[in-house]
Amino acid sequence: MNSPRATVSKILTYSIVDGPGNRLVIFLQGCNFDCTACHNPHTIGECNHCGDCVPACHADALSLVDGRIVFDPLTCDQCDDCLEVCPINANPMVRDYDVADILELARRHRPFLSGITVSGGEPTRQLGFVVALFEAIKSDEALAGLDCFIDSNGYLDRSGWESLLPVTDGVMLDIKSFDDAVHRELTGKENRKSLRSAQLLHEAGKLYELRFLLVPGVTDGDDELDGLIDFVAGLGGDVRVRLNAFQHHGVRPQALEWEKMPRAGVGKVAARLRGAGINNVVTPAVYL
Amino acid sequence: MQDMLSKLRSITNDATLNPAQKARYLSLEAENSLAYPSLDAETQRALDERVICDMYEGHAPYKPRYVLPDYSVVLRDGSDYLELPVPETLDEAINTLMIAYHHVPSVTGMPVYIGQLDELLLPFCEGVSDDALYEKIKLFWRYLDRTLPDAFMHANIGPSDNRVARAILRVDAELRQIAPNLTLLYDPQKSGDEILAIAGENIAACCKPHIANHPVHADAFDERGYGIVSCYNVLPLAGGASTLTRVNLKEVALRADDEAGFFADTLPHYLELNFRLTQARVDYLFDESGFFDSFLVNEGWVDRDRFTAMFGVFAMAEAVNLLQDTEGREGRYGFDEVANALGHRISAAIAEAIEARPLDKVWRGHALLHSQAGLSDDSEATPGVRIPYGTEPDPVTHVQALAPHHQYYDAGISEILTVDESVTNNPEALVQLCKGAFASGFREFTVNVASNDLVRVTGYMVRLSDIRKFRDQQGSRTNTTVLGAEAAEMTGILERKPRVVSNELSPGYGQ
Repeated sequence: MNSPRATVSKILTYSIVDGPGNRLVIFLQGCNFDCTACHNPHTIGECNHCGDCVPACHADALSLVDGRIVFDPLTCDQCDDCLEVCPINANPMVRDYDVADILELARRHRPFLSGITVSGGEPTRQLGFVVALFEAIKSDEALAGLDCFIDSNGYLDRSGWESLLPVTDGVMLDIKSFDDAVHRELTGKENRKSLRSAQLLHEAGKLYELRFLLVPGVTDGDDELDGLIDFVAGLGGDVRVRLNAFQHHGVRPQALEWEKMPRAGVGKVAARLRGAGINNVVTPAVYL
Repeated sequence: MQDMLSKLRSITNDATLNPAQKARYLSLEAENSLAYPSLDAETQRALDERVICDMYEGHAPYKPRYVLPDYSVVLRDGSDYLELPVPETLDEAINTLMIAYHHVPSVTGMPVYIGQLDELLLPFCEGVSDDALYEKIKLFWRYLDRTLPDAFMHANIGPSDNRVARAILRVDAELRQIAPNLTLLYDPQKSGDEILAIAGENIAACCKPHIANHPVHADAFDERGYGIVSCYNVLPLAGGASTLTRVNLKEVALRADDEAGFFADTLPHYLELNFRLTQARVDYLFDESGFFDSFLVNEGWVDRDRFTAMFGVFAMAEAVNLLQDTEGREGRYGFDEVANALGHRISAAIAEAIEARPLDKVWRGHALLHSQAGLSDDSEATPGVRIPYGTEPDPVTHVQALAPHHQYYDAGISEILTVDESVTNNPEALVQLCKGAFASGFREFTVNVASNDLVRVTGYMVRLSDIRKFRDQQGSRTNTTVLGAEAAEMTGILERKPRVVSNELSPGYGQ
């Protein structure tokens, strides 16, 4: 059997913000949204081997060989200058991993791990890899205790979820806006698919957390918050809602025109949600 | 003499110290005006050069450094000396302990060990409701912090999951006091996940408790047991440690020509001198001071034969990096496998030397190795075998780099892992990190959550707000704030990524 491969932007063996406990996080490269507010914009695009990053690399870790970018991770000193110059929000430092590589990494860190999370980019774009990875974890004696989570924008249709859910323990799903026009403005795509995904995941008992990014003056208005409250009420039952606060760290220049979301603002929204009967509201601990 | 008088004067007139703190510093000056226990010239020189160090314990050791009474004795028998009857109720038991603590000496003058509290109090809890238990523990905790304000004072709970341990964890998270320090002994076979999860939530709230790897510690001691005191010192119960001396590995490495010379000559030489220093101090305590004629021994709270000598080492990071330099290797301690392995080899060599060197009047005839967490005046010498402040890798890499050291340090070793505040939304992560650390061989799991007001300095806690107040000359109710403020200025602890440091004892006034 061919082991499916993935284009990976980054791997963390220690993360306390990508699901319950300490997690191995695989950030897969490439996204089907193009969010203005994205705080990892270099995970959106896919390298087209234009070579613009090669002269920007002071460590000589990048070169163009036979028309393709070659990256030497041992020479790289992680200055990230190449990300700055990339004209298409891609990442020349991506690496290919197969399922066996990730399993090996998970085994090495097993005692420290509560689970594994695939994030991105949008991880469901590399669906075959994610399904194969989760299946392999579930059937590996040493790793079966790890829960398998996905951090997604929800832009996946029912059949996609149906192939994933049997091996997935939880999904953290972002809704960028409850107003379709705003959603298109913010992401370039409609919100219908994401909302449907939330519903489907909730019904399957796999919606670990609904995430909502608060951007002052953009997504924190009455209409938006009422939309969130109504949507959660419509789902029924106990839904964990995580409010994220828009920050400037890592975002593209056009997003810097928006204000940062302060702690007090998040607190106000959280109080409003709780007042409307949403009991399980989580807010960020750290503001940059 | 004139110098000494002006120093005494500046202590008595220091507006930032309270009278009890002044009395302690005055007594240290008096003790240190006496002649030191007799040392040979070579040992004296190494001590003067601070290659070896006596932790400024004082020139006339008239009490052991750490005393770990078996408090079950006074709870079972009462005390003739203290005219205490046998307690019968929970109130009486707590009251007996409260009295007992004031008669237990240590290097700081305050008790460093207040007992395995759940085991001690559980027999008195029958018929006491959970609410009543909580209220009583809360008053007990307030009393401890206000009357014995020293973060070296250490309570132990576990490894079983029980009502008293839970009440203590609840109160400790609620009050967020500096004192007492608290360790949960954790045994995967006995403790269960629930109490570990509660401990995780507590750490997120107030950086306490530490969690101790009970099966590993239990193996290193005997059936009479052990206690964790002060800054993660692990010592025989019903005994303690006569003294703690330490070797500055950086200074040893500076005196070695190369790696081979370090292992063949320099290290064995200074280890031997530190053994001699230890023996001289132990001899004074046992043969001159009269300590072992006290009621603590006569009534069986402690046993004369159960006092070990702690053999401390520190500045492993600097030593390894210096030796890497002499060998022309670039890799740095904490980040490079060769450098890390060199460190592990140094620990193994020291443990072997301790095994080979008998000591007189010491439990089991040999010292116990301890990764010493520093003094408030240590500069450019990283505590124990830790990775230098501000450069630590993520907690998982951190544990993996240092875990192989832990097998050698029976008398305690601690690394302080810094975790950012996000963990307050995800305390399960702390539980998982703890399990990972123990599975990797860690003896002790300690976390500092960034931006908590309660912060660890080596192993004791200080409040950042207290340090700010102290610096503004308002003084502090707690002795460890003074140390924390000194450490903050001398050792850059607040530069630490989120932050943390080291130092267990202040040498004396103004040092």
